[in-house]
Formats: sequence, C-alpha cells, structure tokens
Amino acid sequence: MTDDIARAAGHTDPPPRMGFFTDTSVCIGCKACEVACKEWNAIPEDGLELTGMSYDNTQGLGADTWRHVAFVEQRRPLGGAASGAGDVDVFDAARDLAPAPGNGELRWLMSSDVCKHCTRAACLDVCPTGSLFRTEFGTVVVQEDICNGCGYCVTACPYGVIDQRPGDGRAWKCTLCYDRLGVGMEPACAKSCPTDSIQFGPLEELRERAADRVAQLRAAGVDDARLYGEDPEDGVGGDGAFFLLLDEPEVYGLPPDPVVSTRDLPTMWRHAAAAAASLAALAVVSFAGRPR
Amino acid sequence: MAECHPVGFQWVMEAKARGAKVVHVDPRFTRTSALADVHVPLRAGSDIAFLGGIINHVLRTDAYFRDYVVAYTNGPVVLREDFRDTEDLDGVFSGLDADSRSYDPSTWQYRGTSVQASSGRRDLRFDERTGAAPSVSEAARGESHGSGGPTTPGGEPERDESMTHPRCVLQVLKRHYARYTPEMVERICGVPQDLFRQVCDLVTENSGRDRTTAFAYAVGWTQHTVGVQYIRAASVLQSLLGNIGRPGGGILALRGHASIQGSTDIPTLFNLLPGYIPMPHAHHRQDLDAFVRADAARKGYWGNMRAYLVSLLKAYWGDAATEENDFCFDYLPRLTGSHSTYETVMAQLEGTCKGYFLMGENPAVGSANAKLQRLGMANLDWLVVRDFSLIESATWWQDGPEIETGELRTEDIGTEVFFLPAAAHTEKDGSFTNTQRLLQWHHQAVEPPGEARSDLWFTFHLGRIIRRKLAASTDPMDRPLLDLTWDYPTVGEHAEPDAEAVLAEINGRDAEGTPLASSEQLKDDGSTSCGCWIYCGVRADGVNQADRRTPGEQQNWVAADWGWAWPANRRVLYNRASADPDGRPWSERKALVWWDAERGEWTGHDVPDFPKDKAPGHRPPKDATGPEALSGTDAFIMQEDGKAWLYVPSGLTDGPLPAHYEPQDSPFPNLLYGRQRNPVRHLPPPHPDNRYQPSGGEPGTEVFPYVATTYRLTEHHTAGGMSRWQPYLAELQPEFFCEVSPQLAAERGLEHTGWATIVSARAVIEARVLVTDRVPPLTVHGRTLHQVGLPYHWGPNGYSTGDAANELLHLSLDPNTHIQEAKAFAVDIRPGRRPRGPAAPELVRAYRERAGIDEHTGTEP
Repeated sequence: MTDDIARAAGHTDPPPRMGFFTDTSVCIGCKACEVACKEWNAIPEDGLELTGMSYDNTQGLGADTWRHVAFVEQRRPLGGAASGAGDVDVFDAARDLAPAPGNGELRWLMSSDVCKHCTRAACLDVCPTGSLFRTEFGTVVVQEDICNGCGYCVTACPYGVIDQRPGDGRAWKCTLCYDRLGVGMEPACAKSCPTDSIQFGPLEELRERAADRVAQLRAAGVDDARLYGEDPEDGVGGDGAFFLLLDEPEVYGLPPDPVVSTRDLPTMWRHAAAAAASLAALAVVSFAGRPR
Repeated sequence: MAECHPVGFQWVMEAKARGAKVVHVDPRFTRTSALADVHVPLRAGSDIAFLGGIINHVLRTDAYFRDYVVAYTNGPVVLREDFRDTEDLDGVFSGLDADSRSYDPSTWQYRGTSVQASSGRRDLRFDERTGAAPSVSEAARGESHGSGGPTTPGGEPERDESMTHPRCVLQVLKRHYARYTPEMVERICGVPQDLFRQVCDLVTENSGRDRTTAFAYAVGWTQHTVGVQYIRAASVLQSLLGNIGRPGGGILALRGHASIQGSTDIPTLFNLLPGYIPMPHAHHRQDLDAFVRADAARKGYWGNMRAYLVSLLKAYWGDAATEENDFCFDYLPRLTGSHSTYETVMAQLEGTCKGYFLMGENPAVGSANAKLQRLGMANLDWLVVRDFSLIESATWWQDGPEIETGELRTEDIGTEVFFLPAAAHTEKDGSFTNTQRLLQWHHQAVEPPGEARSDLWFTFHLGRIIRRKLAASTDPMDRPLLDLTWDYPTVGEHAEPDAEAVLAEINGRDAEGTPLASSEQLKDDGSTSCGCWIYCGVRADGVNQADRRTPGEQQNWVAADWGWAWPANRRVLYNRASADPDGRPWSERKALVWWDAERGEWTGHDVPDFPKDKAPGHRPPKDATGPEALSGTDAFIMQEDGKAWLYVPSGLTDGPLPAHYEPQDSPFPNLLYGRQRNPVRHLPPPHPDNRYQPSGGEPGTEVFPYVATTYRLTEHHTAGGMSRWQPYLAELQPEFFCEVSPQLAAERGLEHTGWATIVSARAVIEARVLVTDRVPPLTVHGRTLHQVGLPYHWGPNGYSTGDAANELLHLSLDPNTHIQEAKAFAVDIRPGRRPRGPAAPELVRAYRERAGIDEHTGTEP
C-alpha cells in the first residue's frame, strides 16, 4: 500500500500517496514549471547569472528554486529523443543518416528536477523541531513557521535539494503544492507543463504508467530509457517524485545511487555504543590493573 | 515551435505519440529540434531553394496527388502565350519594369480570361475592370498597370485535363523547378543530399489519399525580401500533395503574439478593412460600385463583397449610411501609396508624419534598424506610448544609444512623449484569435492597477473626447468622425466599454437588431450591419460562441464546441477538398466532410466549407455569379476560379511562382539565376543609417562573411516589454547573448561566456557568447559557412538588459507585405566588447569604408 508511510506518520485513513512522474523524453525545456512554481509559492527571484551551461541559468534546486530544468547538450553516436510511436520503420532510414564526420548525432536533453519526496526522508529524520513532516499524501513538507534554521536537513538530503534562504536562515523546498492538494488541485508545475512531461497522481498509478512508457520507448529503439527513483528497494526506499531519463543520472546532475543519510544511524549508534562500552571496559580494566 | 509556441507544441507531441514524424528545418538546433525526429540545419535565407527542391522531387517522381491536382488546383489551366518565366528571362518574369522596380502582371494571367485574387493586391487592374480613365496618384499609377492581351474578365479558363499542354500550369511548374536539383539544394542551402532526400521521402510517403502532412512556419519564413514567396512555395508543395482542406494537412502560420491572427482579421494593417476587404486606393471616380467592380470576384464568395462592405459601412456609420450616399463609402480613406510601419518611419524622418501611437509595441528594440526608428521618433511632434513598463521606445530621448554616442541631444529633441500604462489581458474582457482562426473569450480577473487601462478603454474614450471637441464643427472633413456609431455601453468605476457589445457589433445585426447567425445573411442594401463578415455568427442567437469551453473529452475530435472558429465555426478551411470530386472521402482514414446523396447535402465531422446543398455534379449556368457560379468541385470557394493556385495569376507583386533570390545582404551569389536579389523588393529612399552591404562576391563582400539570423527564446516575449521586467523570466535568460559554433569561436577567438562584438553596415552591438554545437557550420557553395544566432529580446531598459539585435538590420522589405528581412543578413563578429560613445558609430563607418559601401550598394533591381 502506498499510503503506508502516511499511516506510519500518524495519519488515519489517508488518501493514496501522491507524487510526480517526470518523463524527460517529452520535456521541451520551456521552464513553465519553474515559473509556475515560483508564482504559486511566491518564491523570490534567484539571481541573474548567465551561466554558459546551455540554456540552464537556474543551475540547481535550492531555497529559491524548487523546480529546475537541466539542459544537457551532447554528441552521441546514435539515438536522439525518440518518438513514443510503436512503429519506427519509416525512421530506420533517418537513423542511418551519416552525421557530420567525427561528430555524432546531437542530443539536447532537458529534465525538470524537483524534491524527490523520499519514502525514507533523511531531512525529516534529522529535523529537531518537527518543522519537516510527512503529509497525509505521503509528501514531505517544511513548515516555515516552525523551522528554526538549524540546517541539519540541508546536509542530510542525499540529493542536495533542501537549502537555507540567505538572510532568512530557514530551510525551503518543494511542498508538492500541499495547499493545492488539500483542495483537490494538482501542483502548479504539473498544471503548467504543456507536454505532460510532469505528471501528477497517485504514486502507484504513476509507477505503472512509467513502466509502460519505458517499455514503449525501448520497443521503439530507445535503449537508453530508464526510470530513476521509482524503485522502493533503492537507498531511499523509492522516491515520491521519480523520473524517466534518457541517460545516466549523473548526466543530469542526479546522484547515481542515493542513500538516505540516516540509513546507518542505528549501526553507527550501535558501533558508538560498543566503542563506548569498550572504552569504559578498558578504563575499568586499566584502573583495575593499576597497582594500588 | 517548441521555443516560441510551447503550449501549441503539446499537440505536436500528442501527434508524435500517435506515430507522427516531426521534421524540423532550422539553421539552429533548437528545443524543437530536440524533440523532432529529424533536424535539417540550413543556411538562413535559402528556404525557397530547399522547398523548390522538394517541389522538383515531387514533380520529377510523379509523387503528386494527381486526382486532387486535376480536380482542385489550377494545374491543368493553360497560360497566356506571352507569359515568360524565370527560365526564359534568367531570373525574372515577364512584365518587369526595372526603372519603377515593379512588375506589370498582366502577362501572368490565364489564357483567354483574367481572374481576380482573393487576397493581396486586388485593384491592380482597376482601370481595365471599371473602364475608368487612368488613375491619378503616383502609387495608384504604379499599381494599375495597363491591361494586356485579349481577356474576358471572369470567363472560364482553358483547361487541359491531361496536364500535358506545354503552357499548362503543371508543365510550367516542371520547367520552372527543374533546376532545383538535390545538388543545387546542397550547394545553396548547405543540406547534404542524403538528408534532403530523406525529407523528400518523409513528406511524399506521408501524403496522398490515406495520409496528410502539415507545414508549420513562423516569421522565419515571412521576414524576408521574398517572404510571401516562401509561403507560396509551401502552398505549391501542399497543393501538389493534396494536403490542403484535409485533416492533418494545411500550412499553419504560427503567430508572434496572442491574437496576431485577430489583428489581421480585424486589421491593424493600413491596406485592409475588416475581413480582408481591401482598403480602397485613390482612383478617379471610384464610387462603391466601381470599387466592388474592380476588387470583387465574379465567382465564389468574394462575389458577395458588396454585401460584406455595405454591412461594414452600416456598422461604422449606422443611420448616416444610406443608399443615396453610397453608404458613406467616401468616408473611407483612400490609399495613395504604402503606409506600412517602415514607410511611416521614413515619413517621420522626412517630417511629414508628426504624431505616433505605440500600443504594446517597442520599435526601438523590436523593429528592423532600431536606430532609424528612434531617429524617426525624435522628429515627431508627439508620441504616445501605451505599455506595461517604461520601454525603450518611451525613454530613448533621455537614455537611448544615440544619446550615448552624441548623435542626439535631449535638449534638441522636440518630441512630446506621453506614457500611458496599459492593462494586461487578465485585467480586461476580450477575445484572442489564434492561428487556427479560433476565437477564445477571456474574462477580466482583476481590475487594472493604478492608472492602467485597456486599449479598448483608451480608444473609446479618445474617440469620445475628440467627437465632443468636434461636435460643433461644420467642416465636412469631420463628418466621418461625427457620424460614427460610437455608443458602446460602459461598465464599472473606470467606465470600461463593454467588450461584448463590441463583439455584438462585429457579429452583426439585421434591420430589427437581431443578431445574425451567418455571413450568408448579409445584404448589400443596407438592411444588415456587420463589423467583420468572416466573424459573423460568433454571437449567433445572442450567445457569445467564443466563450464555449466544452472539454475535448466530452466531444468528438473536431471539438466544435470549444470556442468558435471563423468562418461559421469551420475548423478546416476548404474542407470540400477532403472529399473526392464525387463527394466521397479520399479515404476512410482521412474522412472529414462528404456528400450525403440521400439527404442532398454536405455533412461530416466538420462544418462543410461549401454551399450546403450544392451537389458534386452541379454545373452552374453560364450567367451565374458569386457562390451560385461555383461548380460542385470548386472546393476553393474564395478563389475566383474555385481552385487552389499552384501558379498565381493575380494578386502578387513579385511573380506568379516562387523563385530563389539571395537575401538583400548575402555572402553568396545566386547560383540559380543571373539575378542576385528579388528585383522588386521594396527599398525605402536612401538614408545614411540604412546602407546595404556588398553581396555575392562583389568587392567588400568578405568584410561581412557570416550569415546572421534573429529569433526568440521561450523565456522572453518579442521586444521584451512583457518579460524583461519580470524577475521570474529575467533570471531564466538574464542577458543578451549570441550563439556560435566551436569552429567559429576558434576562427575568431571568441570565448564561451565572454563578449563578442557584432558589426553590420548599420550598427555595432555586443553580446555574451554561447559556444554551442547547436549552430553547426554548413558547407555552402563548396566552402564552410558559419552562422551567428541572435535572440532579439533585449534593450537597455528593464531588469534584464543587453544590446538590441535589430540595430544591425536594414530596411529592405517584402514588396507584398512590407515586412523587413530580419531572418537572414550578413555580419562580422570579433571578440571583446564594443566601443562606447562616438567610437561606436566610428567603427561602423570604418567598416563601411573598408567594404566600399555607398548609397548605391545593394540597390540594383
């Protein structure tokens, strides 16, 4: 059941767990998600800098950017953003086209990144004030009136999503538009996405849809298509916001194998306790062994 | 399309998900290319060679849709003996008068008859058609060249159904395009032959009975000295392939703003009245009858032009418009020449144009040769700017580039500048008309802030105050203003005119005031009024049809209950052509409308674009006129001959067939003809700040070796008035940049994210550099060509700033539309920032000298 985490967080009879499936194979890089997110959530402008990183002048997620579209220009031997069509025979010829010598086909990957709303969310684990909490939708939200700006969550996040706002100190990130969900609306970014690259819905349904889409793309010869963050067995217990990518996660600036940073806490505590016990024992022994 | 129409691009993505193949032809690899199946980079300004190559392929391989071509196009029509093609005259058509830089189009007509155009210049044969004495004005003389040959206006053209007659249109086409070979395409456009053949195969395999191909274009096609002929080339191709009037076909003009379509339907253009009725030119003894006789068509729906025009005059002047006074036809202004935006600028420089309204327009950034725009405005008595922010066109007099260079001094400028804040679309009611001719109503969400008001408010109250001031006037010149029906009800604290009352006037009423349902109800006797005949029915039954929002999933795929499309809520124009001559769909897969023999009427998924009860086998009586004169297979009901025009016998000023000419400024000679440029391109009078560059191997060509093109980015809107002041948009593309290939960067020492200086014969600008594989070098004329990409959104004002790319442009215009050539020109690029102050124009002068430029350079016919 995808509402398990909401139940575990104390919600009785919660709705299904909600999330995002971001299908980067149909992203056109329009950045409507970035703007809609800022408009709805009244997020401050994040600095005017021409980065030279293709058309990405946003650079990354942070306190003042909760959706970020990455642009990756690359030369590859084959591929291209392939169509979702089942039949590709007309296009075999197109694939055989000799690209400019020594170059390879040009690809321009675009991908809208967002907080992953992890099943096992380190930010939530480490928050000392209870500002971060698990909503009835299974999402992870910061309560701005409770956050004390300690910043533990910032270092805890395996994706580098959450951050403190300069001059404010508090931590900010995507709420999956908790206020909109509460009244039956979809998040602003998904609403504004013209090509349905950002899909919002019950996580279970999204996972099925994503599996179909990968199969469809692979059948169409897009061998690079893969899902990222959909696996409940991964290091964060699966993401509430997962992705269909056309290359390795690192290419998009995503960690290849994220692990909830609090995963090893119990063992660490056990080791620490053992170490403490050994030290204590040693101390006792050393005292015991000392000649009187 | 993904770059500039991301919302519309969702339908391309939807088509793609259903198996459509997307081919993107663009000098740059854009966000569209990223999602396309094939990207074809080509040299900016070479599209007619490219499209002509496909036309040649289609004709050479007999890949055209023969049954469609015979039935619905003018392919079988025989041309006059004295017509001469570019093949015969090395790059020009018969009728060229080099001195006046214009064509006499009379030899372009069909043999034994003459047909009227359904758009474009329609009074070119005014004197012939009205039997009038030669007209007076300069412009009118230039536009009413003498008649030629024995013609019977309105007779049936001679046809050869086998299309083998050597002078039939199809054979003329074959000869005309024979030289547009794949080798030629490769040399001119820089498109490798295998890639070109790939495109040919994709287009032809996806056209015919069972399949259709659509073309979408934007100003990358229109902003050329041969812009209209670019679109014509696509029209020829789509007509040959049977892709017009059918679902999934057509040529889609993607517009530059919301409702640009609406602003040509109910025009902001000087030469059109609402509904594409031509604005009258100045002629001797031109009353309403003479105008209609000269400009209307005998056959088809333009045969009803008098009803459309009289109803318009009734909407304008109400009870004052009577049969006796020609329904106030003489209140309409008469054109004495071109009054396009660029001629207006020249008139400002000459001092004849003294006042200027800029409503949501920023020519100091967005128009070609931005400097001339500012110099023109500096020569005005008054200037009114209505916009959201203090755009460059409102502040050039205190902080424009010429103030910095010392070419203008604020204290010397006499222009009185008024800035009036404008309301945004969310702050007013109204409609948008999109490229599909779909009207969609929007409602006011909030009151405009402060003193911001809608354009409707401004125009209405300006008219009201002027009328009040003139109320006591006895000057006949003031009658047109005083007799206007200027009586819109107003609402709210700001006395905002009721937008729906305007829509009601546009829709039209009968003599009792009942809303009309269809333009077929319009009368030429003054008993109906209608502000725009093609919009008639948008308020049928008194209901705002543009405000309908039935979701797509609750209706069929045509989605007729979303908004309202002109005319008559038809979603595909000329859809009679979706059925064969017998009225059966060409294929089940592509069925749209068809003839129901039992009920004796046209029916189908869409509203049939044909007289409802006209049977496929109908043949009209000889003396029939207007819609009655259409035969059952005359699918193109606005055309005087009922056919799609592969060849244009009338209405264009620069030739009946598209031919490749080089852009005004081009590093390359024209490989196809002995004529370098469009011989009748429109050049304004010489001006020292509007010099042209040597081209095609003339001495000095090498001074400007790179091809440049301007364009838009998703993150900004046109000249920036709506986006550069918005922090959320400014941060996404924070400053002006140019895009160059790694090879060009190496050749010129340009550094990624460093500065580049870009120079033309008009101006010098600077931009940050993005080095990218997305602007690939091409092999053109056997050598490597580098292109420079220039997004044109920026200017010195606002939150996100930069130089304006349009400073570099010249004024050399398409002779049909008077549109500037912004999409292909030649520049030099060098590393580092541009000079400041007087050193900037000095650098441009030095470049001109080095290239040997004077007032004659590039001005040959």
